[in-house]
Amino acid sequence: MEGNPHMPRAAVIRDRIEEAPTVLTLRIEPLEDPQVPFSFSPGQFNMVGVFGVGEVPLSIVSDPLDTDFFDHTVRIVGRVTEAMARLKVGDRLTIRGPFGNGWPLEGARGRDIVLVSGGLGCAPLVSVVNYVVRRREDFGSLTVLHGVKNPGDLFWKDRFARLNTLGGTRVFLTSDVGGSGWEGAVGPVTNLIPHIPVTARTTAKICGPEPMMLATVKKLLAQGIPESELWVSLERNMQCAAGFCGHCQLGEMFVCRSGPVFRYPEIKNRLGIRGL
Amino acid sequence: MTEATGGFLERERFCALFDLLRERGYHLVGPRIRDGAIVYGEVSGPEDLPHGVRDLQGAASYRLAPGESGRHFAWANGPQALKPLLFFPRETLWESRREPDGSLSFSSPDSPSKPLAIIGVRACDLSALDLQDRHFGKGPFPDPFYAARRRDLFLIAVDCSHPAETCFCASTGDGPEARSGFDLALGEIDEGFLVRAGSEKGRDLLRDLPLSPSDPHMEEALNHQTDQARNSQRRALPSRNLRGLLAARPDHPHWNDLATRCLSCGNCTSVCPTCFCFSEHEDTSLDGRTSRHVRQWDSCFTPGHSYIHPAPLRGETRFRYRQWLTHKLDYWHDQYGRSGCVGCGRCVSWCPVGIDFTADLPLLLEEPHGG
Repeated sequence: MEGNPHMPRAAVIRDRIEEAPTVLTLRIEPLEDPQVPFSFSPGQFNMVGVFGVGEVPLSIVSDPLDTDFFDHTVRIVGRVTEAMARLKVGDRLTIRGPFGNGWPLEGARGRDIVLVSGGLGCAPLVSVVNYVVRRREDFGSLTVLHGVKNPGDLFWKDRFARLNTLGGTRVFLTSDVGGSGWEGAVGPVTNLIPHIPVTARTTAKICGPEPMMLATVKKLLAQGIPESELWVSLERNMQCAAGFCGHCQLGEMFVCRSGPVFRYPEIKNRLGIRGL
Repeated sequence: MTEATGGFLERERFCALFDLLRERGYHLVGPRIRDGAIVYGEVSGPEDLPHGVRDLQGAASYRLAPGESGRHFAWANGPQALKPLLFFPRETLWESRREPDGSLSFSSPDSPSKPLAIIGVRACDLSALDLQDRHFGKGPFPDPFYAARRRDLFLIAVDCSHPAETCFCASTGDGPEARSGFDLALGEIDEGFLVRAGSEKGRDLLRDLPLSPSDPHMEEALNHQTDQARNSQRRALPSRNLRGLLAARPDHPHWNDLATRCLSCGNCTSVCPTCFCFSEHEDTSLDGRTSRHVRQWDSCFTPGHSYIHPAPLRGETRFRYRQWLTHKLDYWHDQYGRSGCVGCGRCVSWCPVGIDFTADLPLLLEEPHGG
């Protein structure tokens, strides 16, 4: 079969950072087709595979200007990610992608950005933080609201602290449950929303479990941000990543192809329905 | 009938069609009887086709019985459509190899696709093929395995003369007669076949067939037979377009009723000619040096289909049945411009507990009664 578009490329692990006991960031460099430069947008994902084990969809957290590697932050929760966690710098992975549409960040230049993330799955929004920070003067204010279940679930503490020192940038952290040494708020991330500044230029991006995203949408609407300025990133089972295998379907949408990022009004009829 | 008849092929000369196709390099596939069912297999001549057989189908029931003597196609359909011939149930997409130094290399499987000529294709399955084309073949990145097999296909359709009790192609608008998507179409009458072409390839072959002129009585007999095949169908869908109607009823209590019967076995999705879901996995060699990346038919009735850590999104049967039927009859309109159901009735016959969604559909479309 000539020109088989299913085929992956080999990639090598260049760096490996243990962010938390079950969270790992891998910097991987594709080895084949060096003549084909790759481009991507924050919020897009790759199918990253371990030889003989399988593939998982991973959001790209590195910056599109860094064109010779991808950074992926991985939660170690299953067969493939456990195998990934055992790999060392210099080991090989397979990579297909990038897939999906990504966040509309070019259109958000000059805007005030609000990011709301919940649980451990904040990787799609990390790419936005990195993107905005690297082009800080191109954007208005940046407000990051991040909620965890337990204080122990928080990683990137230092990184969040550094963000707070940048002009026009505020990070608010909250944990469902408090604990000794926890300096953030206690309660759901939605409790933080009434305290954030909202302007006519505000655009918000949300990522987390579906109930959290819906509660966040409700609060942001109450703050006066219009529906059309709310963006969400969805997580579904993905295998082919090209709109064929059917696993990621949500209603009429193939999330891998028309998502994973959606403008809220496009998707609101399909959210909040159990088992959809 | 949309195409003018090209002529009449006497039953005794039917084998000429097989010979011509073989001469043109086609590998011949047609219906055969195997394990008490009619399935597609290699055929070399008319003698390999079913003969004097009919199928008795009902909810959870499929039996072969003696039928009209002399006829090859006096039956409705078997469990397979064209789907397994183009979208293989299991197929290697690529193979990776790990060298002792840890480096990886990849190769694409050789898929010598012999051009296939398929004899005896039904109208419902031509419609289903068109839907599979829209999914696998017509997007921005067509699937190369599917596309290669599809490109080389020669399709010889047969007008359906004996629909099964489970058939409802008349109500979906897909049958019983073949209208488009074929190279040649046959109308079987007692004396032989009225042959018509539906493509340039078909016209080309038709010119070489030993045809005689058809007479008006034959045409009339075929038209009458097709009308009867249409009018004999007792099952029907309430509408060809249910877009938005099922999706608007995710909490309808009848989904629960369906779930008490459904075993979530996935038989319906296996026999459905339009279901396209597949999973992907690694199949590793014993020495651990090579691994094949395989795709295999999957079903929205399996827990793995919607799995996202830490649990399936559709953990209950009612969610899976709702997904299947709502996708098939509702979301398909947005995805591919029409319903995903072609009225073949296979999901009714091959459901082990005899769920007949054509009977459940009116209940799902009714406003739920209190509580």
